[in-house]
Amino acid sequence: MVWVNDIIQGILLGGLYALFAAGLSLVFGVMRLVNLAHGDFGVMAAYISLVIVGSLNINPFYTLILVMIVMAIFGYLLQRGLLNYAMDAGPLQAILATFGIAIIIQNLLLEGFTANSKGLDAGVIENAFIRISDQVVIGWFPLLTIITSVIVLFGLQLFLGRTRMGRAFRATADNQRAAQLMGIDNRHLYGMAMAVALAIVAIGGVFIGIRTTFSPSAGPFRLIFAYEAVIIGGLGSLWGTLVGGIILGIAQVMGDHIQQGWGMLVGHLVFLAILAFRPQGLFAKQVQ
Amino acid sequence: MSLLELTDICSGYGHFQALFGINLRIEEGETHAVIGANGAGKSTLLRTICGLIPTDSDKVRFDGQSIGQLPPHKRVGLGISYVPEGRWVFPSLTVAENLMVGAHSRRTGLWTMDKVYELFPLLSRLRQRQAFSLSGGEQQALAIARGLMSNPRLLLLDEVSLGLAPVVVEKIYEAMPAIVESGTTVLLVEQDVGQAMKFADRITCMLEGRQVLEGSPGEISSEEIFAAYFGV
Repeated sequence: MVWVNDIIQGILLGGLYALFAAGLSLVFGVMRLVNLAHGDFGVMAAYISLVIVGSLNINPFYTLILVMIVMAIFGYLLQRGLLNYAMDAGPLQAILATFGIAIIIQNLLLEGFTANSKGLDAGVIENAFIRISDQVVIGWFPLLTIITSVIVLFGLQLFLGRTRMGRAFRATADNQRAAQLMGIDNRHLYGMAMAVALAIVAIGGVFIGIRTTFSPSAGPFRLIFAYEAVIIGGLGSLWGTLVGGIILGIAQVMGDHIQQGWGMLVGHLVFLAILAFRPQGLFAKQVQ
Repeated sequence: MSLLELTDICSGYGHFQALFGINLRIEEGETHAVIGANGAGKSTLLRTICGLIPTDSDKVRFDGQSIGQLPPHKRVGLGISYVPEGRWVFPSLTVAENLMVGAHSRRTGLWTMDKVYELFPLLSRLRQRQAFSLSGGEQQALAIARGLMSNPRLLLLDEVSLGLAPVVVEKIYEAMPAIVESGTTVLLVEQDVGQAMKFADRITCMLEGRQVLEGSPGEISSEEIFAAYFGV
């Protein structure tokens, strides 16, 4: 039963990773941009929530909508004002630009909030749990996290499959020049993709802030886990990112169970093993 | 006023110049074919018109408006639709979704989803199939149908017959009269001179980036075309 508990905790943790990975996957899929600042965007969202909580004295859950809107607008402007030009210069220049943005965010947060760890206090839900048996305990908050990530992925799937803008996203992912020939303004579209990606990572950032603590330098860790989730699941597969996150989560929880502190190591090893034996990921889209 | 006026077009790719002073006028409702051997600059010409290759603003005039600097997506809004060489269908999208993306510009007119299925009945039963699983001929039909979904005033067709079996080419060209009758002006680029002669009101022959012959199919002899085509 101890292992059952590990698997359940791993699945719940996977929900959190998926919230970080979904936007990363979307941005790479639509515009082939490797965004090295994605983890820092999440951390930035947590700090924005912290500021709102501090000034309005409300539960961080209620800040979620506002943080998402702020991050979406920020994402759109960043893409239109900077990243589109970096992408014109070339894919490598674009990666470097996101790397620079990551460093700028980290240092601005350091300047504004010090290096001390901060946390978001969501009240009783943080410690509430359902006891299945003596060894299997499900926390309400982790459960809420994975439910949220399933809802987000489902919403994203509906958006991509059923709406005019969503179809334009997928058309651009398939062939950017052909999409332009259909009247799709790719610069606006890229802005929208970044806006959606940052709105999703905002949820991940706030949830991480509630679950654990965060500091200005927390972003790159989040980025690595998110990337591993995306690669394990398979590039371009939405539900693959959730499965990837879950596999990573289970590996980490079990690793920590074997020996405290081994979680990360085992997580990375599982990632490397999948990369070695199935480099296209578990649910890679098969096209062409 | 002509629908499309090209003045002294000298487009190319980077340091490579492919066109040397092309002048062309296309009247509304006309079907115009550009023929020529590989590397004559035919596709470059179409890409300059649709905006994939920008040029001086005044050098491309559409319905009196200077559009040489306009990006492709804005030219679609004005009514220029380019069906690219190599089809460029969206492989992971279904046939129906490809057509919906074709209508992204929200230009309304005669061509609707039902109408293009009527035009290409073979697409009708493939609606839910992903485009990558289609044959070359089916993909070409889809590319043309998708191009029509923006209800263009000027339809640019690039190498429709390229890489297709003659029977398939015949089948696709069967759709041409309906497109022309709908009032759409067609500018098509072809290596297949026979097809071009059959459908075009006027023909321009290009050789190494220059116009070497222009006229209506009735006026010019096959000897003249042969000479212009090969530059002998």
